[in-house]
Formats: sequence, C-alpha cells, structure tokens
Amino acid sequence: MITLDRVSMRFGGLVAVDDVSLEIHGGRITGLIGPNGAGKTTLFNMIAGRLLPSSGHIVLEGRDITKLPVHERSHMGLARTFQIPQEFGRLTVLENLMVAGNGEKGDSVFNAAFRHRNYRAEEEEIYHRARETLDFLELQKLSEAKAGTLSGGQKKLLELGRALMGNPRIILLDEIGAGINRTLLVRIAEMIARLNVERGLSFCLIEHDLAYVQRLCSDVIVMAEGRVLTRGTVEEVRRDERVIEAYFGGGKYEERA
Amino acid sequence: MELSGLAFYFVGFLIAGGIYAILCLALNIQWGMGGLFNAGIAGFFAVGAYASAIVTAASSNGKHLGGFALPVPLGLLAAALVAGITGWAVAKVCVRLKSDYLAMASIGIAEILRLVIVNEQWLTNGSLGIANIPRPFEGLVRGREADLLFMAVIWLIVIAVYVLCARLNNSPWGRTLRAIRDNEDSARAVGKDVEWFRLQTFVIGAALMGIAGALSASYFKFLSPAATEPLLVTFLVWVMLMAGGSGNPKGAIAGALLIWGIWSATEIFTNRLPGEWATRSSYVRMLLVGLLLQFVLQRYRQGLIPEKSPKLEFERK
Ligand SMILES: Nc1ncnc2c1ncn2[C@@H]1O[C@H](COP(=O)(O)OP(=O)(O)OP(=O)(O)O)[C@@H](O)[C@H]1O
Ligand SMILES: [Mg+2]
Repeated sequence: MITLDRVSMRFGGLVAVDDVSLEIHGGRITGLIGPNGAGKTTLFNMIAGRLLPSSGHIVLEGRDITKLPVHERSHMGLARTFQIPQEFGRLTVLENLMVAGNGEKGDSVFNAAFRHRNYRAEEEEIYHRARETLDFLELQKLSEAKAGTLSGGQKKLLELGRALMGNPRIILLDEIGAGINRTLLVRIAEMIARLNVERGLSFCLIEHDLAYVQRLCSDVIVMAEGRVLTRGTVEEVRRDERVIEAYFGGGKYEERA
Repeated sequence: MELSGLAFYFVGFLIAGGIYAILCLALNIQWGMGGLFNAGIAGFFAVGAYASAIVTAASSNGKHLGGFALPVPLGLLAAALVAGITGWAVAKVCVRLKSDYLAMASIGIAEILRLVIVNEQWLTNGSLGIANIPRPFEGLVRGREADLLFMAVIWLIVIAVYVLCARLNNSPWGRTLRAIRDNEDSARAVGKDVEWFRLQTFVIGAALMGIAGALSASYFKFLSPAATEPLLVTFLVWVMLMAGGSGNPKGAIAGALLIWGIWSATEIFTNRLPGEWATRSSYVRMLLVGLLLQFVLQRYRQGLIPEKSPKLEFERK
C-alpha cells in the first residue's frame, strides 16, 4: 500500500531518518516501535507530506506521492493523528470532527453564499457520523466545548475521531495510547481491530507499550537511530539482540539496576 | 431647526458608520474567520474608490483616464472587481506567509498603491483628485433629503454584506476557514487546500473593501489621495473589529458603530484644545481610541460580541 524507497530526512547535521526502505501492507495493522528519537514521527511526517524527504521516494497505491501536497494525500485516503495534539482550538469538539468530514460540496464558497441546499444533505450525514464518533470516544458531553479547553488525553481522542471522519483507507496513528485511560484504550484497540476486519481499513501505529502493539499487530517494524533494525512479530523482534541493544543500551540498564 | 441640524448630523454619522461597517465585515472575513492579517485595508479601499470614480465620474477634463459617466452600480462592480483582482495578486504572492509577515507585506503593498495613486496623474489626476463623482439615484431628491436617501442605500448594502458574511460564517466553508485559522497543519491533514481557501478569503475581503471605497467616493463626490490615509481606514477598522468581536459579523457592525461614535465624539473634545494641540488633534484622538481599546480588551477579551460557533439547523432532534 505504502512503499518507501531509500528515504532519508536530514535536519542540518542530524540524520533523523537514514536511508529507509520498507513497505506498509494494505489490510494490515502494522506496528512501528523504537526508542525516543528513533525517527518514527519523522517517518510519518514524510508519508503524510508534512515534511519533504531529503532524498528517496514514497509511493502510495502505485502513485509516487513524494512531492504531493498534504491535502491531496488525504483525498487519496491517507489519514493521520499527531503525537502532540493539533486541535482546532476555537472550534467546538463537534465542529472539529465535522470539519474533517465535509467534502467538495461543503467546502465550496459558492454553495456557502448562495446555495446552502447543496450541502445540507452532506452536512446532516456528517453531523450524525460525528455524533456517533463522539459517543464512542466518550466525548459526547463535551461536544459544544471549545477544543482548546480539553485535557491532553481528550485531545488525543479528538485526534483519533478526526482521522476517522474522513473515511480513510489507511490511518497513521502516532502514540494514540499515550495519556489515555486503560479501559478506553482497550475499547480503542477493539475498534481498530474491528475496522480492520470489517472495512479492510489499514493502520500503521507508533506505540511504546509493547503489550498494546502485541495485541494488535502481527507485523512490527523496529526503528533506531533513523534506521530500520528489524521486522517481524512482537515475539520475534523481542528476541532480536539488536533490539535489546537499542532499547536497553547493551544491558547497561540491568548493570545499574 | 436645531433639531433637524442634529438629525442630519446623525444621518452623516450613519453614512460613514455604514461604510465602516462594510470595511469591518470585510476584515472580519479575512482576520476573524481566516486569520489573515491585512494591514493594508486603506490600499484596497482606495483602489475601489478610484476604480468607481474613474468609471462613474461625468468628466475628466481630458486630464486623466475617466469621464465614462457609467451608472453607480457599475461603479460598485468595477470597484469590487479591481480591488478583488488586486487582492488576488497580493494573495498569490503573500498568502503563504505567516501572519506577521503578511502584515508587513500588506503594509508595503498599501504604500505602493498609495504611491501609484499620488504619482500616476494620467490615471488618478494626482493630488488634484477626481471631482463630480455621482451618488446612486442622484437627481431624485435634492439637498438634505439626498443624504437621507444615500444613507438608506448604504445600509441596504450593509445588510446585504451582513447576510453574505453570516452565510459564509454559518456554512461548512466558514467552518473550514476557521479550522485553517486555528491550525494549518491539521487542516491540511484532513484534506483542506489551505492556500486555495486563503486566496478566496483574501479576494472576497478585498472586493468588499473596494465596494466600501466606492461608496465613500460617492459620499464625498470627490476623491483625492487623502482617501488612502491609513489612520482613518486601516487603524480605525482594526480597532473596530477588535472592540466589536473578531469572528462575529454582528460584532463587526457593533464595533464599527461604537468606535465611529467615539471617534466622532473625541472631535468635540479635541476641538476645545488650545491651538498648538489642535494641530495634533488626530494623534490625540488616536491615543484616546487606543486607550479605549485597551480598556475594552481588558474587560472583554474577545470584544463586545465574541465569536460563537453557529447553530446547526438539524441539531434539535
Ligand atoms: N523539525 C525538526 N527539526 C529538527 N530536528 C528534528 C525535527 N523533527 C525531528 N527532529 C529530530 O529528529 C529525531 C527523530 O525525531 P522523531 O520525532 O522522529 O522521533 P520519534 O521516533 O518519533 O521519537 P518519540 O518516540 O520520542 O516520539 C530527533 O532527534 C529529533 O530531535
Ligand atoms: Mg514521535
């Protein structure tokens, strides 16, 4: 579904992503793990178009999207959440979701000024979908609150809701679990699995909680220092010495403990 | 006689107040909804004023372009078109800029437009200005009744512009625009073409500013480069929007009338100042209005009528 071909990202002297080639398969839930600063978020930013790679190519469903603007990738069915929530602060929670749902009819200034009938049906459909999403995320009570006033965890939920509203085909989830309570996290995992099975929606998720990754992903990519270390099931990569090295710094952690 | 004098002072107040209301609604689209910092309002205002003056004035004495004597509605159309096209050109270059840079760029562009107006005599008649600019329905009534009629025309236009702004504000298009204002990256991520939205916003705002300029030229029947004075246009309109409530079309109109009222009242005050102060009166007034804005924003941080998310029609179910 998404193919990265020798992709690198340099920030001045720092090589955040170093010559990475990999494939994220359609229809699967792929995990992306690695220590802090491994380059995971940077990789997402390049796939989603927020950052232009220093070199290399990115292909989405057979189309080279390396230089395609962000919004056009979104139209191709690519959605993402941000590690640090990026809500529309002065819009209500409900509006935050609805804005992600509306399409050409709603975004036409001509319809806005002269033919509001043209977007009513679309608007009503989005409205009900947004309400359902809020119900699921347990944000219903806050639907009229300004998104900027939400707590950190609630904003993360809003990120997830917004990504779902656009009817995407693949969602990149950047540490969606960080700061979210256990019960809700379990329900989110169930939803991800269900969407994957029922609608064939693909996911790629960055997560530090390995148990969570294990629960959802059969396919895990491990990154460290901008490179792909290894790939496989959670059990496989856990046993991999390079992974232990990257995560625990060659056992120094145990020495000190 | 006294009373009717006062009444006609009030008519004059409402005419100017209406023109400011249009400017303020236009800025509200650009800044309140779109987050685009336009510090060159006077430039678009002047472009509209000149466009209308050139096509509607009866004669140009052969000294400059013009003398087409076209009807006033065509003058308004020309104003909207030329100001809109100017806005489009500015937006094409500047809209990618972050808001503080856009502010600087727009000040610069307003200054360029002012220099063009002052220096290009063949076009604008330079500092001599353009005279005999008609008003709509001129000749129907004479004298003070003409002002009354003009006031009615202005406020009909204000209402039309308000309806347009309210529709834009309450539509999904407006919601997307406010989303872009709040977070550009997220807006892109959910599929919004940020540059395209900003271009539309800037052009609509600029065109409305041009219409306000055309109406102002009609009102004074005469137009000279003094119309490009940023103090009376750009500065006051910004104060009006801040005081009234950025992001709310009702607030934009309320702010325009309130600040215009206060600005007019300070004239009474500065007229009583001793001679050497009176010459600096406009600066004294600016200071007073600035202080007032501080006061309003301390009390009502989002202005008198703050931004409100529109109600959805099918909400109650
Ligand atoms: N915009 C930027 N400018 C400069 N350096 C950056 C930028 N973005 C990321 N980096 C650097 O790139 C490296 C990788 O960052 P990245 O955010 O991709 O890590 P990560 O794997 O997502 O880590 P974490 O698990 O902590 O979120 C870091 O060293 C970071 O400082
Ligand atoms: Mg990260």
